[in-house]
Amino acid sequence: MRPFVYERAATSEVATQAIRAGIATDTAPRQGRYPAEFLAGGTNLLDLMKLDVMQPAKLIDITGLTQAHSAILVSPQALRLGALAKMSAVADHPEIIKNFPVVAQSLTLAASAQLRNMASIGGNVLQRTRCSYFRDTSWSACNKRNPGSGCAALDGYNRGHAVLGASKDCIATYPGDFAQALMALDAVVTVLGPDGTRTVPFSDLHRAPGSTPNVETTLRPGDVITAFVIPAATWMRRSLYMKIRDRQSYQFALASAAVALDIDDGGLVRQARIALGGVATVPWRARDAEAALVGKKLDPQTAESAARLAFGGAAPREHNAFKIALGQKTVTRALVQAATLEV
Amino acid sequence: MPEHLDGDDKPSVSRRRFLGATASTAALPFMGASAARAVADPAVKPDPGALLNVSLTINGKDHRLGLDVRTTLLDALRDHVGLTGSKKGCDHGQCGACTVHVDGQRTLSCLTLAASAHGRVIETIEGLASTDGKLHPMQQAFIDNDAFQCGYCTPGQIMSAVGCVKEGHADNDDAIREYMSGNLCRCAAYPNIVAAINQAKTQMEG
Ligand SMILES: Cc1cc2nc3c(=O)[nH]c(=O)nc-3n(C[C@H](O)[C@H](O)[C@H](O)COP(=O)(O)OP(=O)(O)OC[C@H]3O[C@@H](n4cnc5c(N)ncnc54)[C@H](O)[C@@H]3O)c2cc1C
Ligand code: SF4
Ligand code: FES
Ligand code: FES
Repeated sequence: MRPFVYERAATSEVATQAIRAGIATDTAPRQGRYPAEFLAGGTNLLDLMKLDVMQPAKLIDITGLTQAHSAILVSPQALRLGALAKMSAVADHPEIIKNFPVVAQSLTLAASAQLRNMASIGGNVLQRTRCSYFRDTSWSACNKRNPGSGCAALDGYNRGHAVLGASKDCIATYPGDFAQALMALDAVVTVLGPDGTRTVPFSDLHRAPGSTPNVETTLRPGDVITAFVIPAATWMRRSLYMKIRDRQSYQFALASAAVALDIDDGGLVRQARIALGGVATVPWRARDAEAALVGKKLDPQTAESAARLAFGGAAPREHNAFKIALGQKTVTRALVQAATLEV
Repeated sequence: MPEHLDGDDKPSVSRRRFLGATASTAALPFMGASAARAVADPAVKPDPGALLNVSLTINGKDHRLGLDVRTTLLDALRDHVGLTGSKKGCDHGQCGACTVHVDGQRTLSCLTLAASAHGRVIETIEGLASTDGKLHPMQQAFIDNDAFQCGYCTPGQIMSAVGCVKEGHADNDDAIREYMSGNLCRCAAYPNIVAAINQAKTQMEG
């Protein structure tokens, strides 16, 4: 690991200022990133620093903000999650398990018990891809790590890579799980930046790779995520997270689906929410598939045709075409299972 | 080679001499009052090579360490405090061999910066048995159930298993397997580890 300057921020305002100060003294971006990073649980950042994939000149430790920004508040209007809340605290929260099952499940099925105790949900949504060419610096071609260098995965071993949202410059999969629950439930992100607090729809947080895969979000330097707000809605109780992986536990998704349904007394779908993981470059909302279900009875046939729509724009590479069929089956099963939930 | 000097105000012990001293003495002198820099004045170029003062309570004992900023909690325990029970398997958060408890929570010490553990309470495998030498029920259960072969993963397995029971995630075999999945065992002692946790959990609860 390269040396860095370590600072602790006691308040979120100090954190944003500290990042700005870091940028003012050291303006050269490294690997297409600003030279200062926040340190929360460190489970992604330190891993990538040990690999030399990330080389920040400065770390601003924001664990001191945990007290101020880790509350979990459930009200009739919304679920509000402080961004410094640990994954385990949200996953094990009884009211979230009951009323927002997709949220709890997306976190319980992620990483390991130790990692969930360490990692913040804010850091979780910002975790970087597991693309092995990105993580291994002996490959020189990686536009995400080294802008303009090419992409070793395009014609390399790309079994784990994305079939949705890819560009000619990057096909790396967004690896997280929790983000799909936030996408499906129309969450809003509260951000504190150098110019004050603002809210951003979660669906606007991540950026598709396009020609700048090193730029992963719409956050600006010094922006701290302080909370996620999920509005209460008629579909949140009939929700679940289905995650398919190479082994039963402790593995990133090959394909996953966060689904939520509002079904009327006659068994017809009033509203559907579907977000896909493991198959796309960013947390992926399947709006065409959602729309196709409205007014229909949810059965294996309607679920399957919605699932096909969800992968309508899929573009496979040499080794990952299986993700289209696997993803469709994942969505179908998730929808059918959600329809049978007792709520 | 120019020697890096400590960035804090007074004692200008050289970094090389300082690190040299760590090899012979387990406990280090406390250097200066502040453990980390306050948020920097941009006009002053901070020295990333400066040692940081870190205080940790490890198995009930206070330790004051002067550490390179990059030192992980695992390396601080093993190389600076002399507690080599916590093991380094992967150093990337993937195997669980380095599991310790931080403020009562099972944690991977390889992905924790010692600096960010400043002021926290750490418990390692060395602190699990009672002071009279009586093993913790989980340690005894691992022996009784032959829950290891080479033993490399075992300190991490035991610390993780204690956490698993305390969190209430050891109700049945499936829950144990799921909530212990962050601890890999190259010798595949898994069935015996599950049996050991089942044995210990009743004693821990009782
Ligand atoms: C072996 C292993 C398996 C894993 N498996 C899974 C899995 O199955 N599913 C899954 O979803 N994840 C998985 N993960 C990833 C893990 O969940 C993330 O590493 C973790 O959630 C990141 O959170 P953190 O608090 O540790 O972030 P950090 O590592 O501290 O930070 C990550 C990034 O976010 C920035 N950041 C952090 N907090 C904020 C904030 N509040 N505002 C602005 N920026 C911020 C940091 O500057 C940094 O760039 C796995 C990780 C490992 C090591
Ligand atoms: S897919 Fe993206 S992250 Fe992976 S090598 Fe290509 S540019 Fe890099
Ligand atoms: S050494 Fe920490 S998880 Fe492997
Ligand atoms: S006993 Fe050998 S690795 Fe677990």
